[in-house]
Amino acid sequence: MTAPALEDLLRELTPQVLGALVRRHGQFEGCEDAVQEAVLAAAVQWPAEGVPDNPRGWLVTVASRRLIDQVRSDHARRDRESATAADVVPEDVPDTDDTLVLLFLCCHPALTAASQTALTLRAVGGLTTAEVARAFLVPEATMAARISRAKQRVRAAGSSFTLPGGAERQDRLRVVLHVLYLIFNEGYTASSGSELHRADLAREAIRLARMVHAQLPGDGEVTGLLALMLLTHARREARTTAAGDLVPLDEQDRAKWDRELIGEGTGLVKASLAGPALGPYQLQAAIAATHADAATAGETNWPQVHALYLIMERIAPNPMVTLNRAVALAEIAGPSAGLALLSALDSDERLAGHHRLLSVRAHLLEKAGDTAGAYECYRGAASATASIAEQRYLESRASRLRPRVPPRSPR
Amino acid sequence: MQFLISLHINPAVLDALSDEEKAALGGGHGEFIEALRKSGELISTQALVDPSQAAVVSVRNGQPAVTDGPFLESKEYLGGFYLIDCEDKERAIALAAQIPDAAIEGLGVEVRQVMFAAGQLEA
Repeated sequence: MTAPALEDLLRELTPQVLGALVRRHGQFEGCEDAVQEAVLAAAVQWPAEGVPDNPRGWLVTVASRRLIDQVRSDHARRDRESATAADVVPEDVPDTDDTLVLLFLCCHPALTAASQTALTLRAVGGLTTAEVARAFLVPEATMAARISRAKQRVRAAGSSFTLPGGAERQDRLRVVLHVLYLIFNEGYTASSGSELHRADLAREAIRLARMVHAQLPGDGEVTGLLALMLLTHARREARTTAAGDLVPLDEQDRAKWDRELIGEGTGLVKASLAGPALGPYQLQAAIAATHADAATAGETNWPQVHALYLIMERIAPNPMVTLNRAVALAEIAGPSAGLALLSALDSDERLAGHHRLLSVRAHLLEKAGDTAGAYECYRGAASATASIAEQRYLESRASRLRPRVPPRSPR
Repeated sequence: MQFLISLHINPAVLDALSDEEKAALGGGHGEFIEALRKSGELISTQALVDPSQAAVVSVRNGQPAVTDGPFLESKEYLGGFYLIDCEDKERAIALAAQIPDAAIEGLGVEVRQVMFAAGQLEA
């Protein structure tokens, strides 16, 4: 078995093994450590000795032994005899897929988003602490402390290893989807010092979303999120130049879009829109599919994009949605209509001084022919963003509109 | 999100503190570091030597010239920093408020986000 294939197998088995262990012994915290150790042992032993006939059973057995050792040494330290977990090396491994239960546990509402993402990547994604730390550009010690604190919190919250029922399940599922969305987005919002790892994070989020979708194929928002990820990921090659500069959607080379991912994403969007209820991920995916459908930027179906943002504003009002709708509205009804919509956002504290509000206003002012106003807004947006790539892009837009242009250079 | 919390120190203000207040300041930083470490939000923290030890380096016509620091003429100078990774700016501000310097008139605690390389242009 090749090294990547082995890694894939181990990462696929990690949540299954962890689920089996927690089901048997409880104590998520200890089980999670034991499974990590078993997976590390497999990564060392299997390439040399060959993959065992029943890899999952091997991992469960080794992890169980580690857990027992751990429980015994804990007990010994407390000078007490171990009565629990002594006879637990399992012969049979239950066949249930506990991935979903684990995801609900890792995305426990008692945790911060940063802890939820870290714990999910380790316990469900099967990444090591060092890999998670590299992905988030923090030292391993920082990430180890974060994960350990997260596990303590989960234990303190007294969570049971079952799927929550009824309305709570829907609420918790929303958190799970948000965490997967954050993992996916992390690929665009953190340093490119390790671009390889960033792309891996997007792929990892897609892999996890596929796992959830396999468990809940009828849930429109799960389908919508997976579709949104695929359609966004399809544009990854066109989104930046070789030099790392950002390319806006209307200037992207659409031949570089990944048609296979678009096909799959579009299919999922259609399936999800046929369902009974609409959610924000489905709508965002439908918008991404509309863009993907246009052979050139000029052929974009803006009335449809605008209508989708309008529905989104109704079901999940958010100033960022209104901001995006203003862009679509300007395409249909002209820049002044878009600008009028923006002025309604000025009083919204959540967006005040936000670089996105400034950059959209700059864009619309430029379209409206107000060069001086657009210049000021691009400059303001450039100083408000924390992204070096966005700043470079905004500065370049601004410099094209610089007030003191030599008369011979036509605009 | 990563933030730099910089600590701007005024020697005159520090000298005016009582021994107990100075001890409380040091102890407060110790507790703060421990809490940050446990929560998994601390990337690193450093204290800097006195600005009288600073060297200002400039190169003119290809020739390096070194003069005594500090570069800025000010009563306050950069005494140290915390580099943290936390949820959002609100959390960074809440953490900064736990630093004992923040409660002392004349000492500055400043929070600034660290820029990141990649970015996103939305549809």
